[in-house]
Amino acid sequence: MKLFLETYNNTNSVDINEIPVLKYQYFANMLRSYFADSDNHCLSYYAYRKDNKLKFICAIAKDSNGKIYLSSHELDAGKIMLDSLTPEFPQLHIFEREIAENFGITFEGHPWAKPVRYPFDRADKNKVMNNYPFYRMESDQLHEVGVGPIHAGVIEPGHFRFICNGEKVLHLEIHLGYQHRGVEKLMLQNDNRLKLCILSESIGGDTAVGNALAHAQLLESLADFEAPKDLQIERCIALELERIAVHIGDTAALCTDVGYQLGQVVCEALRTTIINTTQFWCGNRFGKGLVRPFGTNYPLNDKTVEEIKKILNDSGKRYFDMAERIYSLPSVLGRFDDIGIVTTQQAYRIGAVGMAARTCNIPRDIRATHPFQYFKTHKPQVVTQEKGDVLARGMLRFLEAKESVKYIFELLAKWESIDKTNLKPDYDHKLNPDRFAVSIVEAWRGELCHFAVTDEKGNISHYKISDPSMHNWFALALAVRDQEISDFPICNKSFNLSYCGYDL
Amino acid sequence: MIKEIKILKQHGIQYVPDLKGAVLTPLFRGRPVIKEQPSEAETEMLIRLCPSDAIVTVGGFGIDIGKCVFCKECALACPNKIEFTNDYKIATNDLNNLIVRQGDSEIKFNEEKIRPEVRKLFKNALKLRQVSAGGDNSCEFELNASGNVNFDMGRYGIEFVASPRHADGIVITGPITENMAEALQICWDATPGPKVLILVGTDAISGGMFKNSPAVKREFLDKYPVDLYVPGNPAHPLTFINAVLRLIGK
Ligand code: SF4
Repeated sequence: MKLFLETYNNTNSVDINEIPVLKYQYFANMLRSYFADSDNHCLSYYAYRKDNKLKFICAIAKDSNGKIYLSSHELDAGKIMLDSLTPEFPQLHIFEREIAENFGITFEGHPWAKPVRYPFDRADKNKVMNNYPFYRMESDQLHEVGVGPIHAGVIEPGHFRFICNGEKVLHLEIHLGYQHRGVEKLMLQNDNRLKLCILSESIGGDTAVGNALAHAQLLESLADFEAPKDLQIERCIALELERIAVHIGDTAALCTDVGYQLGQVVCEALRTTIINTTQFWCGNRFGKGLVRPFGTNYPLNDKTVEEIKKILNDSGKRYFDMAERIYSLPSVLGRFDDIGIVTTQQAYRIGAVGMAARTCNIPRDIRATHPFQYFKTHKPQVVTQEKGDVLARGMLRFLEAKESVKYIFELLAKWESIDKTNLKPDYDHKLNPDRFAVSIVEAWRGELCHFAVTDEKGNISHYKISDPSMHNWFALALAVRDQEISDFPICNKSFNLSYCGYDL
Repeated sequence: MIKEIKILKQHGIQYVPDLKGAVLTPLFRGRPVIKEQPSEAETEMLIRLCPSDAIVTVGGFGIDIGKCVFCKECALACPNKIEFTNDYKIATNDLNNLIVRQGDSEIKFNEEKIRPEVRKLFKNALKLRQVSAGGDNSCEFELNASGNVNFDMGRYGIEFVASPRHADGIVITGPITENMAEALQICWDATPGPKVLILVGTDAISGGMFKNSPAVKREFLDKYPVDLYVPGNPAHPLTFINAVLRLIGK
């Protein structure tokens, strides 16, 4: 019996009917054999309504051979019970919760069966933001601290509830959903696919390039279209610029929180130079408008290339000098070192991805393991850290930014030597009917997964987005356990997870 | 210490000296200009193309920059008729002035609409509380940047504060999600009057790409007058700072 369908990232779509539909018991067995090997992790596990059934799709990525395994199971209308697989595979916890919330399925035995984001079309409208079932510990010695949804700074809303013993955090619960805008439903507007590009860019403004690329790549898969080399290179450069800008900006934020003002202002100014380069290229500091399906409105030109080189040479070097200083200052190290540790084992268990995984010595980087665009031709160096603490997350940003600068120069050299197609975007390109496609992009936080299904006319009939923060918010909760509550801000900044990308 | 001095020297002077006269890169997508009326067929095509229903036809052809997401696709489709300039002073206090028509060469402020107490009380110091209600965090980034070493709006006494109790007004980003509507209301109620209400970004002004989403709930805006509309996707720090300066009369 066939248990799964094999596919790859950034390749042709597959026939939706070829994804095996397993009995739930076989599905669980299949996961058992896959997750026994830490080389595999869950990209996403979700459900959608098909005819009068509920179809569950699971996508598993194997890091060592670049394969993606697709499998599914179904539930007849009226049935609402399934055994939870979370006790055995904790990395599924958030996906089962999401399915439960959307469709009213009860996963029996789920240890943490709580709402995810209170979507407008949730199954149970009696569940509302105000009665989120927080975990409680009854004791005279403990107290609770609630923070948010509105925070002290200018950031997105989310609620954090701590249970503390004095200054020490015993437990942190993260309650999100405030940012829910109904993005996935809006992605079904087949009348005008330009809308989908703009929506993708607003899934998270700090990852506009990453999400626009994941979307573009997805449509191209559904049309069996392969982007020409010049376009691939340009997309990779845009993605790496986004990574560098955020890493520098987050370094500034970390410095702010430990009162190191020089690090803060220098990094703020350097981030400005990088995003202004993106603005020089396409007119928007966040790269909105830069990545489009089937082509681009802003092909690179000599002037832009010159600007990119100039800024990276200058700001790059200045950032490296600054970062070296930051990470050798005893007063800063005293605050970062050994704080907010996530162990490698914890990271594996919760299915951590992207940066959060790499700081725990797990070399999970889609650019290398499941390459897309020009990363297929030219693999970047994967950076890892060992300790899983705030220092590791800070250092990783520094070292990754360094790699990205180097990588962009290599890409630019290549770009200069190849013929240009300068393809224009196409918002009416025909998509193949009855297909399923997966598109993964390693944006600065980690893997962004976009999935879509087309109907018999080639219209998008289902769209699913999984932000890396789906996996990684739990890492933050683990990181602050047994820490001083005053260390929460640096722990939070060191991850910098997405609220809107998670809430959708 | 020596290393720090070296870094400081490299850092040099970063602040933008003239926030009102700074020139942005030519490609920056700021105020659109309608060079010539598009034909009927072109207009129809543009209406179909525009992702956010920003093309206006009532009273002649226009672009509503309170709805526009600044994708520039209309200008790329009709380069002889529409153009985007790098003029970043695109905010106003009057919703009607957000519609750009042929012949317009600036976004106008409606001086008469400015409440006298705003200028009297906030001219020398304006403390703001920001509320993101479904913002995609690009506008939030730009608002943070408005106070950073480059733009430094603090030089005018404009600042974001942590508590609504300390604030003279609220700055909203995002289309106002249903899940955030109550927290926004509580925050507004906690801000002592007289207070200003500022909407930043296309999402906040019109709902943007989310205006028809069942997950947004914009009733809050029916209840209170808005003092300032700051368009953009996201709004550039210079757009925001100049808008506020204009409002407080500086
Ligand atoms: S730039 Fe504005 S008006 Fe033009 S197509 Fe885009 S959203 Fe519509």
